[in-house]
Amino acid sequence: MIRFLFKGLMRDRSRSLFPILTVTIGVFITVLGHSWFIGALGGMLGTSANFETGYVKIMSRAYAKLSQEIPNELALVGVNALLADLGKDYPDWQFTPRIRFGGLIDIPDSAGETRSQGPAMGLAVDLLSGKSGELKRLNIAQSIRRGRVPESPDEILIADKLAQKLDVNPGDVATLISSTMNGNMAIYNFKVAGTVSFGIQALDKGAILADIQGMQAALDMENAAGEIVGYQPDMLYQDEAAHQVARTFNQQYSTDMDDFAPTMITLADQAGLDYLLKMSDSMGFILVTVFIFVMSLVLWNSGLMGSLRRYGEIGIRLAIGEAHGHIYRSLLWESLIIGITGSIIGTIIGLSIAFWIQSQGIDIGSMMQGSSIMMDNVLRTHVTAATYYIGFIPGILATLIGTAFAGVGIYRRQTASLFKELEV
Amino acid sequence: MSTNNNNSLINLQHVVKRYPMGNTTFTALEDITLSIGKGEFTGIVGPSGSGKTTLLNIIGSLDSPSEGSAEVLGQFIENLSHKEAARLRNHHLGFIFQTYNLLPVYTVFENVEFPLLLLGLSSDDRKKMVMEALEWVGLTDKVKSKPAQLSGGESQRVAIARAVVKKPALVLADEPTANLDAENSHNILRAMVRLNQELGTTYLFSTHDEKVINYLRRKITLLDGKIVSDETMTPQGRLT
Repeated sequence: MIRFLFKGLMRDRSRSLFPILTVTIGVFITVLGHSWFIGALGGMLGTSANFETGYVKIMSRAYAKLSQEIPNELALVGVNALLADLGKDYPDWQFTPRIRFGGLIDIPDSAGETRSQGPAMGLAVDLLSGKSGELKRLNIAQSIRRGRVPESPDEILIADKLAQKLDVNPGDVATLISSTMNGNMAIYNFKVAGTVSFGIQALDKGAILADIQGMQAALDMENAAGEIVGYQPDMLYQDEAAHQVARTFNQQYSTDMDDFAPTMITLADQAGLDYLLKMSDSMGFILVTVFIFVMSLVLWNSGLMGSLRRYGEIGIRLAIGEAHGHIYRSLLWESLIIGITGSIIGTIIGLSIAFWIQSQGIDIGSMMQGSSIMMDNVLRTHVTAATYYIGFIPGILATLIGTAFAGVGIYRRQTASLFKELEV
Repeated sequence: MSTNNNNSLINLQHVVKRYPMGNTTFTALEDITLSIGKGEFTGIVGPSGSGKTTLLNIIGSLDSPSEGSAEVLGQFIENLSHKEAARLRNHHLGFIFQTYNLLPVYTVFENVEFPLLLLGLSSDDRKKMVMEALEWVGLTDKVKSKPAQLSGGESQRVAIARAVVKKPALVLADEPTANLDAENSHNILRAMVRLNQELGTTYLFSTHDEKVINYLRRKITLLDGKIVSDETMTPQGRLT
C-alpha cells in the first residue's frame, strides 16, 4: 500500500511537488536560520568572552561597582598570590590578569616634540609568559597587519587605523600619557612592535594592546591588575559551571568586609549577556515553533486544496470499501513521505549554505562603522549537531499537523451521498 | 413481485427511507419488500427522483433504512457500523459508476489492482487476478495506459474490471451506460452479461436507459419510492 501511495505521489506533482517545495523551503530557512543565530550569537558571546568578560572575571568589589569607568585606583592587589591560589583551587580553569586603561597616545618626532597625538583605549594582557593562552585567545598573530608580536614588556601593538591616523610605524616610539594607580600622572615610552586589526570595529578604531608587565610598570601597578579573567581552555562557555565556580569563590570571601576583597562574576552577569545566552539557548525552540506553526497553516491549506482536488478519488475509495480511518492514515503516510523528503532536501541545502558561510563568513564591517558593540566584523554561521536534525522537527511535524487538520473532512463524508457526488 | 426465499442475496422487508427536509421529512422509499437471488441480472428502473439511487445506496451499505430491515449477504445493513459496512463493500460488493471514477494518476493495471490491495493479497495473487479481470473485459493490451489515454468505453470496461476483480457476490451499477454511445453501451453490457454467466455474479442496475433494460432478466420499476412492478424479462440485447 505504501508503494502504491508513493507511486501516486510521484506521479501527481500537485500532491507532491508543492508540499515538498513548501517543506523544503521551511526546513532550509530553519536550518540556515538556526546555524546563523547560533553563529552570530556565539560569535558575539565568544568575542565578548575573549576580549572583555572572560567566562568568569575577578575584580575588587569597589572596581566591580564602577567597572565601566575603568577605575584602576581600585584595582586588585596581590595578584600573583591570588593567581597561585586560583591555579590550585580550580585546576581545570585558566586565569590571567588584565589591565584596562585609557589615555593619550603621543607620537614624538626626531626632536622629541609631538608629531601627532590622539586618545586611545587599551588592554594590557600577559603576552610574554607563554602560559596565559592570550596570544591564541585574542588571535593576535593572525591580527597583525604590520610588524610583529611584542617581545618585551615595553613594546605595544596599535590598532592599524589609529596607527595610520597618527602616522606611526612599527619601530617608532609612542608615549602613553595616563594616570597611575595612585592617581599621579603617568608618562611612559613604548616601542610600537606592530599594528593590528582584529576585525572588531570597537577595537579597531583606536585600541592599544600591551603586555601586562609593561603596563604595570607604566601605571605603577606592581603585582596589581584591574581584573583577572578565567576560561575553561578549549571549551565553550558553560553557564552552570561558571556560576558554580563563582559561587564557590565568592563564598571564600563572604566574611571579608574589605571593599578591595575580590569578587567573581560570570559572563552571564555582564553587560546584558545573560539575555543573549538565554536567546542562544532558546533560539532553536523559537525557530522550530514558528516554523511548525507557519508551515502547518500553509500545509493545512494545501491539504484542503488537495482534498478538494481528490474529492472523487477519496469518494471512490470509500465506495470500494476503504474505511475512513484507513484513508486518513494513508494521507498521513503520504504527508510523512513528503515531510521526510522535504526535510532531507531542505537540510542538505541549508547545511551546504551554512557550511559555506561558516568557512567564508559575511563581512558586515561597513555596517559596523562607529559601533561600540564587541562583535566580529565577519559574521559566520555555526553548524552544530542540532543543525543536522533541527529541520526535521518542523518539516515532519508541520506536514503531519497540516494533513491531520485537512484530513478531518474525510470523516464528514456521507457515504450515502457518494453515488450523487461521484456522478458529477 | 418476487417473494422472499432462503437463497436470496438481498432481502428487503418493509424498507422505508426518510430524509429530513426543514421541519418535515421527505420519504424516498416507502415499504419496499423485495428479494434478489444469486446470479440475477436485475435492473431497478424508474424516472429521476423515484428512489433508485436511494435503494442502491441501502443495498450497497452506503446508507441504512429508516425503518424495516435490509439484509444483504446475510448482514443486516441497519445494524452495521461504518467499519463493518466498509468491510462488507470491500469483500463482497463491486460498484460501477456512470462516470467511471478511475484514479487518474494510476495505470489501468493499478486501478484494477486497488481493491485487492485493500484486501491485503500478495503481489503474485494480485497480478494474476488483475490480468484475469482485464482479460474478461478485453483490455490486456492497455495494462500500462493511464485513464486519460482511454476512450469512454475502455474506461468503463476498466471500471467493470475493478468492480469484478475480487469476484464479488454482488455488483451494483448506477447508470453504467449513461455516458457511452450505443456501440460502447452494448459492448459493456455484453461483458457484464458474460461475467454474470461465467462467474455467477449478481448484477443490480439502477437505470432508465432502454439499452440496459433490453439486457435485463428482471426489471423492478419504482415510482415515487414504491415498487410498482417487478417483471421477469426475456433479454433482447445483442449477446453475440
